[in-house]
Amino acid sequence: MKTLGDESPRPPLFFQSLELFYGWGITIMNQTALAVEAVVKTYGNHHALNGVNFAVPAGVCMALLGHNGAGKTTLMKLLLGLTRPTSGQITVLGTNPALAGPEFRRQIGFLPENVIFHAELTGEETLKHYARLKGENPNRQNELLERVGLAHAARRRVKGYSKGMRQRLGLAQALLGQPRLLMLDEPTTGLDPMLRHEFYQVIQELRSAGVTILLSSHVLTELEARTDLAMILEHGRITAFGTLDELRREAALPVRLRIRASDPEQVMTALNGITARQTAPEELELTAAVEEKMTILRTLMASGIDVSDIEIQLPTLDHVYAHFGREKPAKEEK
Amino acid sequence: MTPLLVIADKEIRDALRNRWVISATLLMAGLAFSLTFLGSAPTGDLGASRLAVTVVSLSSLTIFLVPLIALMLAHDALVGEMERGTLLLLLAYPVTRSQVVLGKFMGQIVVMAIATVVGYGAAGLAVGLQGEGADPQSWHAFGALIASAVLLGAVFIALAHLVSAVARERGGAAGVAIGLWLLFVVLYDMGLLGILVATKGQIHEKIFPWLLLGNPTDIFRLYNLTAFENTRTFSGLAGLSGQMEFSPTWLLSALFAWVVVPLGAAMVVFKRREL
Repeated sequence: MKTLGDESPRPPLFFQSLELFYGWGITIMNQTALAVEAVVKTYGNHHALNGVNFAVPAGVCMALLGHNGAGKTTLMKLLLGLTRPTSGQITVLGTNPALAGPEFRRQIGFLPENVIFHAELTGEETLKHYARLKGENPNRQNELLERVGLAHAARRRVKGYSKGMRQRLGLAQALLGQPRLLMLDEPTTGLDPMLRHEFYQVIQELRSAGVTILLSSHVLTELEARTDLAMILEHGRITAFGTLDELRREAALPVRLRIRASDPEQVMTALNGITARQTAPEELELTAAVEEKMTILRTLMASGIDVSDIEIQLPTLDHVYAHFGREKPAKEEK
Repeated sequence: MTPLLVIADKEIRDALRNRWVISATLLMAGLAFSLTFLGSAPTGDLGASRLAVTVVSLSSLTIFLVPLIALMLAHDALVGEMERGTLLLLLAYPVTRSQVVLGKFMGQIVVMAIATVVGYGAAGLAVGLQGEGADPQSWHAFGALIASAVLLGAVFIALAHLVSAVARERGGAAGVAIGLWLLFVVLYDMGLLGILVATKGQIHEKIFPWLLLGNPTDIFRLYNLTAFENTRTFSGLAGLSGQMEFSPTWLLSALFAWVVVPLGAAMVVFKRREL
C-alpha cells in the first residue's frame, strides 16, 4: 500500500492512471484538469490537509471518498479558490484558483454539501438569480429544471421543497452555463434510489460530453462503474488513489465463490487444499485470492463434477473503502 | 446585469418578500405621523411653519429609529449567510467578496430609502399640504432631512456590515449591533454631557465640536438643526449656529466618511476571512 501523501511532488500512480487514459485514446483527456502538489492546509493547530498530491486528467469522473472531517470539503474549497493553501500548489483548469478571475468561476459548477437556498424564493427565481450571477440568460432555465425533474415545482417556494427537491435544484444551478468542471459535494444525499439513478444518468451524459467531474459520496456502492478514478482521504492524507480496478488490485481483497453442486463432498475433494464451507445441503462457499479464481473454475470444469451454478462475488467498493479506511495515517498529526 | 446589481437586486427582493420593506415603512410612517400631528399642538398661532417644526421633531425621531432599523436590517448580511451555508455557493460564482459586500450594501440602502422616503414623505406631505403649512425653505429643509436620514441609514448599514464581517455567529453580531446603537444613540452623548459637567463647561470650544464628529448621530443632528434658518429657530440652536465650526457641506462630508470607512473596513476583513 502506498501512502501518496508522503511522496513528492507527484505520485507514480498518477502517471499510471494518466497513461491508462491516454491509452484509451480519448482526445479530450489530453490535459490535466486538476493538479494538487504538496498541499497543506491548517486551521490553527488542526491539519485539515497534510501534504496532498494528485492530478486528474480532463474529462474524468473522480470519486472523493472519506469520513466526515477527512478533508474532502476543505479540498473542494481549495480547488474552488475559496480558501488558500497554507503551502503547496494548486492548478485548476490551468490557473491558480485563488488568484483566478471571474472567467475561471464561469467554467465551474459547484454543489455544496447540504445546499441551502433562500426559502422565500421559488425554484425558478432561485435558478434565475444564479443564472444572472453567472452571466447566463435567466429566461432559458426551464429546460434545466426539466432536466432535473423539477419543472412541476418551478413556481413553488423553496421552503416547501423536500430534501431531494432542494438537492435537484442544487444540481440544476451547478449545471448553469455548461461548466467544464463540476464539483459535487455529497450530491446524492436525500435522493431516493430512483432519483439517484436519474442523477447518475445526468452525470453519465456530462461525462460523455467531456466534463470533468469531482464528486464526493458516502454511498460507495452506487459509484461502482460510474467513476473513472477514486481517491480516499483519511485525516487529511490520501490513502488510496487510482481507478477502481487499481484500488481493488492494490487492496487484494478475496473473491467469494458460491458453488451449487449435487455432491459438495466431491467438489471439496477436487479443490484439494482450498478451504470451503458448506452453507446448504447442495451449496458451498469459499473465498480465494482474485488470481486463484480462474484456477478454481478450470479445476471444477475439468473434474466433470455436476456443478449447477457458480456465483462469483467480487469485492465491492464498500469493501475496498473499508480496507483503505482502516489504514492508519503514516504519521500522527501534532 | 453586473454581479453587483444582481446581488443588490436579490437583497431588495428578499426584503420585499419577507416584508422587511413594508414593516420598516409602516413603522416610520406611523411614528412620523403621530409625532407630527400629536406634537404640533404647541405651535398654535405662533406663525411657525408647521413643516419646519416637523423637520425638527423628525430629526430627533430619526436619530433613534434609523440606526435601529439599519442595524437590524444589515447585522447578519454576511455572518448570516456564512451560518446558513449559502455563502460558499455564492462565492463559487463569478463574484468577488467586495462585490458581495457592496451589492448587499446597495440593496439595503434602497430598502432604507424606500422606508424613509415613503414613511416620512407621507407625513411631510400631509403637513405641508395643509393650508398655511409650508414655505419653500421648509420644503427644502424637509428634503434635506430625508436625504440625510438615508445617509445616516447608510452609516449604520456600513457599521453593521463591519460587525457582520467580523462576527463568528449571528447572535454575537446582533449583540454587538445593539451595543453600537446604545453607544451612538445614548451613551456617547451622555459621556459628552458628563465631560461638560465635570469640566463645568470649561472644555475648550475648539475641541468640543470635534468630539461631536465622533458620533454620526450628532453630525446628523447638527446638520438638520443648523443648516436652515427656519429649523434653527425652532430647535433652539439659533445662537449656536453662528459659532459653528462646521458648514453643512462639512457635516455631510463627515457623515459620508462615516459610510466609507466602516464599509471599506468591512470589505478588507471579509476578504481575509477564512470560510
